[in-house]
This record gives sequence, structure tokens and C-alpha cells, in this order.
Amino acid sequence: MDQILTKTLLLLALASPLAWAQEAPDALVKRIAEETLTSIRADKELQSGNPGKVKQLIETKLVPHFDTARMTALAMGRNWRAATPEQQSQLTEQFKTLLIRTYSNALTNYRDNTMNYKPLRSNPGDTDVVVRTEVTRPGQAPVQIDYSMEKTPEGWKAYDVIVAGVSLVTNYRDEFNDTVKSSGVDGLVKTLSDKNRGPAPK
Amino acid sequence: MNRRGSLFRSLALLLAGASLLLAGCAAAPNKDDPFEPWNRAMYEVHQTVDGAIVKPIAQAYVANVPELIRTGVSNFFGNIDDLFTGINNVLEGRGDQAGDDFGRVLLNSTMGVGGIFDLASMMGINKDKKDFGITFGKWGAPQGPYFFVPLFGPTTLRDGTGTAVRFFLSPIGYINEIPVRNTLYGIGYLDTRAQALSAESVLDTAALDKYRFLRNAYLKNRRFQVYDGKPPPEEDDDQTPPPAVPGNPVK
Repeated sequence: MDQILTKTLLLLALASPLAWAQEAPDALVKRIAEETLTSIRADKELQSGNPGKVKQLIETKLVPHFDTARMTALAMGRNWRAATPEQQSQLTEQFKTLLIRTYSNALTNYRDNTMNYKPLRSNPGDTDVVVRTEVTRPGQAPVQIDYSMEKTPEGWKAYDVIVAGVSLVTNYRDEFNDTVKSSGVDGLVKTLSDKNRGPAPK
Repeated sequence: MNRRGSLFRSLALLLAGASLLLAGCAAAPNKDDPFEPWNRAMYEVHQTVDGAIVKPIAQAYVANVPELIRTGVSNFFGNIDDLFTGINNVLEGRGDQAGDDFGRVLLNSTMGVGGIFDLASMMGINKDKKDFGITFGKWGAPQGPYFFVPLFGPTTLRDGTGTAVRFFLSPIGYINEIPVRNTLYGIGYLDTRAQALSAESVLDTAALDKYRFLRNAYLKNRRFQVYDGKPPPEEDDDQTPPPAVPGNPVK
């Protein structure tokens, strides 16, 4: 299995010179954030929170740059390994939906924000880095937002977002733990999908 | 002064009573939140009262008062925040930052017409945010038990003490005309509540259990601030699973 993977990777690497010219993680965060902010500033419907449009923006612009399976594993903690592969993929799907809904709700408030990007502290060979940014809103103290990122064959992907010290991923861990303890992994899948089917709060 | 004193005394009595009552209760599941059953009840009280009265007023305020005016109101109270941020930066031994904070207060209070305009930010003197709870934390005070206080929000013994200190020092408290003082308290409260509306709607979407999501986020954020944005890893971090295999196990 490993061998196949190695060979595939090697092949990919040889076949595409792009794989060597992968966009650096901090450059990626900056590009995506600026493109997203530009989209929001240019579009009145996004600013007023048109749910379909916001969802589409997130799914096309942001989601491809997140490793949702790893985020779910991180939120689950040790229970992740107790889940069957099928449960894992269900959990990932539901958790992804929950995060998209959360982001949709938050994103429209970002119009007046400006982002500062702090210099990346990493070595050339690193495959796991933290990209630090700072969001400034008029009249407010800046808020630090850190992205934990890993190097994958499809480019750098974020697996955790930490807003002012609060991880949007691990903040779920003890809730997830308790749900798994009381009603099992399937219970958690159900809790998440019930939550996702509920009306989006205003 | 008297009214404030008695309000605070009743609150303290209430809390003390609650702790006595709950001390005998079942083993606490969370070390940071030993009074969880009580806090959850208080959270329900808050949801009811806030949802029926305060939140609708805050929403009406946002919907009907022009943004320009609301920003001015936020800046006015933000200017007082800056004063306390400066004081706390002095207490933490961060004179350079305190200089910026007091510079902001000086500039905004004068040229910025009593703080209504945040000229300092426009000139690139950045705003910081510090309070007594953080300072006490830096001095080594433990956070103590977590409390959810209706109409006030999440706090801890340490942070609540910090808030009380600030309340007694606040310049608004020294205004002698009671109606003016109370109006300012009221507007300040409304401003704070209105600013929390968007975060609250994110909480509504994100959380499975709002009480706990808010508590965890509050405690993590306070810890983050006490450690100047570089908190050391916590004990429960051993729960971190090995990285998921890139490429889902099941597609």
C-alpha cells in the first residue's frame, strides 16, 4: 500500500513540475483571504447575507483548502479511532456542513475587516506550519486568527482555525466525547445531522 | 454609590449562597466549572430574560439607529476601555503599550470630541484590549470557578473580581447627577449587547450545546490573553489523535 502511494507520489511529482512550485502556505492564506474579502466587498447580496450565494462562495473558495477529515478527527479526539470508516466519512460530512453553516453566518460581518499577515516562521522542509494573521475592524482591538496547515499532494490545507485562542475544531471535543459516551458514534452523527437540518438561526 | 454597593452586595451574597448550596452536590464533571448545574440554570434565566427584553431592544437599536451614531457610541465607551487598557498595561509592566493606550485616550478625548471619534486608530495608533482579570492572571491569580451571570455573561471568580474593580473605578461612576450616570450605564450596556449580536448568531449556528460551547470558548480565550497569545499546551492535549490519513479512508 505504502509502495503504491510512494510510486504514485513520485509519478505525480515527475509528471507535474507544478508539484514542486507549490504555493507557500502563507501565500495561499493571503491569496484566499484577499480574494474572499474582495468578493464580499464587491457583492451587495453577499453583504446582506444571501444564504445561497454565501454558501456557494464558501464551498468553491474555502472548502477545497481545508482537510475536513482531519478536522473531524481532531474534533473527535480518541473517539475517532473507535469509529468505522463509514462512520468517519458520515461524521466528516456532517461536521463539514456544520462548519460551512457557521462560516456562512460569520462571513458577512467581515466586510469592514482588514487582514494583516504575520511573517511565517518555518523551515523549508516543514510539512506542518501555523500561518498567523490578525484581523482588524474599525474601532476594535485586532483579533488573532491562526491557521494550522499541513502539506498535502494537492497543496497546503488547513486543518484547524484558532480565533483568539479558541479552536473552531477542538472546542467541540468534550461535547463530542459526551455524546459518544451517552449515545455512541451513531448518536453523534444523528445529533450533528439534526443540528444541520434545523433552521439557520438569524 | 449606595445603590451600586447594595447591588454588588446582593450579587455576592447570592453567589456565596449558591456555592454553599452546590458544594454538597454531586461530583463536578468539569474542573473549571464546579457549579455547572447552577450555571446552567442561570444560563436559562439569562436566555429567557435577555431574549424577551434585552436582545429585542439591542436588535431594534441596530436596526433603527444609523451606523455612524452607533460607531460614535462604541467609540465613546471604547475610549474609557482604552484608559483601563492603559492602566492594566502599566500594571503588567508594559509601558510602551501603555504609552500608546494613554496617547489614544488623550487624542480621542480632545480632538476626538470626548472619544466619539477614534482619530487615534485613523492615525495608526493601534487599539489594545486589557482588563483587570487578565492582569490578575498574569500576576499568578488562578482563574477560580467559572460563573455564568444572567445579563452579564460568562466570567470566572478572577475575571468577575476584575470587572468589579473596574466598575468601582469607572469614571462614569463618579458622575454625580444620577440620571446622567444611569443613562450612560444604560447606553453602555446596550452598546455592549448590540456588539455581541453577531457573535451570538455565530454561537447559535456553531454550538450543539450553547452553554458549553460558550464556556469552553470563554475560558480558552481568557487563557490565551493571560499568556499574551502564546498559551502553553494544556494537559488534555494528549487526546490529540494522530493526523488523519490524507485522502479519506472512505470516499
